[in-house]
Amino acid sequence: MPKLQVALYWAASCGGCEIATLAIGDKILKLAEAADIVFWPVAVDTKYADVEKMADKSIDACLFNGAIRNSENEHMAKLLRQKSKILIAYGSCAVEGCIPGLANFYNLKMVLDTAFIDTASTDNVDKILPQTRVNVPEGELELPLLWETVRTLAQTVDVDFFVPGCPPEERTTWLALEALLSGKLPPKGTVIAHPSNAVCNDCPRVKHEKKIKAFHRPYEIVPEPDKCLLEQGLLCYGVATRGGCGAPCPQANMPCTGCYGPVEGVRDQGSHFLTALASIIDSNDPDEIEKILDGIVDPAGTFYRYSLADSMINRARIAP
Amino acid sequence: MTDFEPKIVAFLCNWCSYRGADLAGTSRMKCAANVRAIRVMCSGRVEPAFILRAFELGADGVLVLGCHPGDCHYAEGNYKALRRMMLLKRMLKQLGIEEDRFRLDWVSASEGDRFTHVVNDMTEKVRALGPFKAREEAKVA
Ligand code: SF4
Ligand code: SF4
Ligand code: FES
Repeated sequence: MPKLQVALYWAASCGGCEIATLAIGDKILKLAEAADIVFWPVAVDTKYADVEKMADKSIDACLFNGAIRNSENEHMAKLLRQKSKILIAYGSCAVEGCIPGLANFYNLKMVLDTAFIDTASTDNVDKILPQTRVNVPEGELELPLLWETVRTLAQTVDVDFFVPGCPPEERTTWLALEALLSGKLPPKGTVIAHPSNAVCNDCPRVKHEKKIKAFHRPYEIVPEPDKCLLEQGLLCYGVATRGGCGAPCPQANMPCTGCYGPVEGVRDQGSHFLTALASIIDSNDPDEIEKILDGIVDPAGTFYRYSLADSMINRARIAP
Repeated sequence: MTDFEPKIVAFLCNWCSYRGADLAGTSRMKCAANVRAIRVMCSGRVEPAFILRAFELGADGVLVLGCHPGDCHYAEGNYKALRRMMLLKRMLKQLGIEEDRFRLDWVSASEGDRFTHVVNDMTEKVRALGPFKAREEAKVA
């Protein structure tokens, strides 16, 4: 059997997904047995020009991580789509925008001012901002153009499969790779993860009826070891998050933050969690409800930590 | 801006507010024609996602009306709506959606006048805000 031709690429991401690919441990040898890595900037010396020269659809599968927030990301998304039979959005940034997508709470000017001018540790008296073109003795250099709005991979090109997680857990990565290597692929558009309704399903903590009088941030309380974290007032996102990760976070005393995205059938993860939370607040008195809600310090940031770019209101409206 | 007619999606609960709207109609009260009514069984049925979806599909404002506190046909549905909408309001603010574009209020089956008042008031406030639309996607030069 000819070896599979596989490419891996990173767009706007933190690099965690690259490490998650390696987290499959010695199974990586199985991958190497069955596949040739034809392009992987982080690990293999290949250039964009090499990809441009490849025949269309000559790559069997491309694992693409990272969101789309500049012209380079977009160019590579289109190029790899053209060259690949199967394009997989790997990890939360490619799937739903993730942390880079939080830039959608601001406009480009605010983002650039914060990054290059306003932060306390920045010394930029001339207010120099990155330019897209610069002349040096060797010729003209070009930097990618930053977009105002961060987008997901599927908002940019056609995507065949989605692998959730920030980053995907080892078991999820291997599930996707196994499907690829065995040729037993699910229907197009599938989010590949171990089937499970929600993170709560996989969480061993004891669950009762939920009634909340106060919300807390993780540093404010020491949670009881066996009881559901949400019932203790921590904003545990397990109720509104796709399962399959195995619930490592609540098992390590940290509330789930929602990185596996919405549960099957739900499009807007943030409002789904909002709905669940509001329903378990134990008060009918508007003043008391306001007080309890004050315990949720950053509602939009908490509810859309991973999925803002892919949500119904995909960016904040900012007065010009 | 003067000929802008706002589109307002209104979720009306079957037992009170929808009947209040009906009463306004049968009593021939004058009411802004900007509301697209959607009948739901209870204000507690209105998921925040419905409201976001209405905005996504082009609504300039969204109104949720239910029975007065204590009067919900299902006892607690409107309290659930109250909690959800209070939290949603905080979130919409962070998303830059003006407060007047979204309103939760109570209208009983006998309050046709209150229905027209809420609708007219909201229509004027949304008219003043102008159309709700996604910002153009700009690039840095
Ligand atoms: S809400 Fe969190 S702690 Fe509670 S059962 Fe679900 S995942 Fe576990
Ligand atoms: S428990 Fe939640 S935050 Fe942790 S890996 Fe699973 S989905 Fe992600
Ligand atoms: S039935 Fe009217 S609010 Fe519940």
